[in-house]
Amino acid sequence: MLIPRLALHSLRSRLLTTSLTVASIALSVTLLVGIEHVRAGVRASFAGTIRGVDLIVGARGGTLQALLSTVFGIGSPSGSVKLSTVERWKTHPAVKWAVPYSLGDSHRGFRVVGTTPEFFERYRFRNNASVTLTSGHIAAGDTDVVIGSDVADRLQYTVGSPVVVVHGLRDIGTSSHETHPFRVVGVLRRTFTPIDRSIYVTLEGIKAMHEEDANVPGAMPGAMPGAEAPPGMNRLSAAADEQVSAFFVGTRNRFEALMLQREMNTDLVEPLTAVIPGVALGELWQNIGSAEVGLRVIALFAVAIGLTGMLVALYSSLEARRREMAIFRAIGAGPRTIISLLVLESGMLALLGCVVGVGTVYLGLAFAQSPIEQRFGLHLSIRPLGITEWGYLAMVLAAGIVIGVVPAWKAYRTSLVDGLSPRA
Amino acid sequence: MSGTAVELSQVRFAYREQQPVLAIDHLSIARGETVFLHGPSGSGKTTLLGILAGVLQANSGSVRILEQDFTRMSGGARDAFRARHLGYVFQMFNLIPYLSVRENILLPIRLDAGRRARLGEVSLDRAVRTMAEELDIAGLLDAPIGELSVGQQQRVAAARALIGSPEVVIADEPTSALDTDRREQFLRLLFASCEKAQAALVFVSHDHTLRPLFSRTVSLTDINRATSLRSAA
Repeated sequence: MLIPRLALHSLRSRLLTTSLTVASIALSVTLLVGIEHVRAGVRASFAGTIRGVDLIVGARGGTLQALLSTVFGIGSPSGSVKLSTVERWKTHPAVKWAVPYSLGDSHRGFRVVGTTPEFFERYRFRNNASVTLTSGHIAAGDTDVVIGSDVADRLQYTVGSPVVVVHGLRDIGTSSHETHPFRVVGVLRRTFTPIDRSIYVTLEGIKAMHEEDANVPGAMPGAMPGAEAPPGMNRLSAAADEQVSAFFVGTRNRFEALMLQREMNTDLVEPLTAVIPGVALGELWQNIGSAEVGLRVIALFAVAIGLTGMLVALYSSLEARRREMAIFRAIGAGPRTIISLLVLESGMLALLGCVVGVGTVYLGLAFAQSPIEQRFGLHLSIRPLGITEWGYLAMVLAAGIVIGVVPAWKAYRTSLVDGLSPRA
Repeated sequence: MSGTAVELSQVRFAYREQQPVLAIDHLSIARGETVFLHGPSGSGKTTLLGILAGVLQANSGSVRILEQDFTRMSGGARDAFRARHLGYVFQMFNLIPYLSVRENILLPIRLDAGRRARLGEVSLDRAVRTMAEELDIAGLLDAPIGELSVGQQQRVAAARALIGSPEVVIADEPTSALDTDRREQFLRLLFASCEKAQAALVFVSHDHTLRPLFSRTVSLTDINRATSLRSAA
């Protein structure tokens, strides 16, 4: 018990150096564990962009394209799906519900989505949260519009604001569906998903808008230069079978999703691509996940800096402690005693740094969790440390111990040579 | 109790080749003897003390402390031997600053179980108290080191060197930081304790007024032939 007591006394006697060293290690640990929490939070929040939907079904094409165009509003769908196909699949015994999803129009840069009121009932995000309204009601009539929170903020729209929808994604005067003005009837609560940047109308609204356009010469969507009219979005023959961009499906039993996916992908009537959102999100994350590696590298650098700080602190304190080492040597302390003393001290510094660092993370989470969630939609869960984090801590601790060996060995060697001289 | 405490013969030591620092053909110190060792700076005093304490290893010759040959022992064995049989007092800064007086005195006992065993049935507290009373520091046992005067610090160092009755006590100019009155007082206490433990005392000093108090005087210039060896080579 001599050495632990010596180490404790010694650390306590140099309180300022000790606290500074612990603080620098704690900062690194905070960064390391904090980044890991943020990384997990970002990943979870990304995976939580769409919930409650078991399959996204579009025209034959890439899975990522189907996911990006529908859920994230990036790019355009690979084609269109007949509404009758949606109706047909709706009767499939494994299908609980199917909601059509129609893209291709916009309002001042925001995507206009044609769907049914059931969409708002079915769509879930994050931990099974549903889409709710801050004011008004869900679009029901063919001139009704429901807007996401970003749309409302940016355009300063409230219930009652008029909305003119244009075909494609750009505002070009001649392409407006001016003959069919919409009016905002509801504003959605912030979800921190692409829903916030979307405008929702009913399928009837879209149909009515295009039917009226068809009667106006020169306003044919397919003939517009520059307008990003996706293929299959051409609704010239509106009277014929109506078409949508995709449809979302909920199964009666989630385990049937895979079977249903295969069945839809081999639909003989219309070539379809069915995507399981979770799987596709995972694939997408794999692609953009290199940012994660970057975060980790930064965190490791931070730890390296913290440990270097510890090494410097130990080394410089050792210079001041040569006298002490000489005394220990004079009373017969061998290399084991001296090395265990110094290694124990550096180990204690590292351990204390880990404890303080982890404590800071949890304290920070406790205080910042809900502000961060409200501000950035990033839910950082307060959870026990994961394997990665324990691994990091073990690494910091091991490095602290190894770093202690170096000055300890030097101390023993040095005091062996000049230890008994009165002038050290 | 009698016998040889220190026996050096044909000892050679050099930090660097061809530059001998120490060349002592013979030096013998008996137990209970108090030796005043003097010599000018650079005469190899510190080196000799390092060899006697087993911190330095002679290049050749034999170094026998209490009939044990240091030249045949490993560094670790010499560390252990020093912990059990030796007491050492530096010129100054003898104490571990973050330990109390009591803890400082107890260090050798805590470090080596054999040294503890030498106290016999006596409790640690009793042993420290006895030692402290002998050296007139009994009232300071719980004081922080920083509050002690230099003289008090040196007496604490002496108490630490002497606790557990080591056979050999080495003191490297322990009184040089003390004023004349304190010097005498310190020496009286040191001698009394050494006599009680039947320890051989090797005392290095420049202060020749202290010489008459010792049983023997050794001039390092006389016994160290390193300088003459060097000039001969």
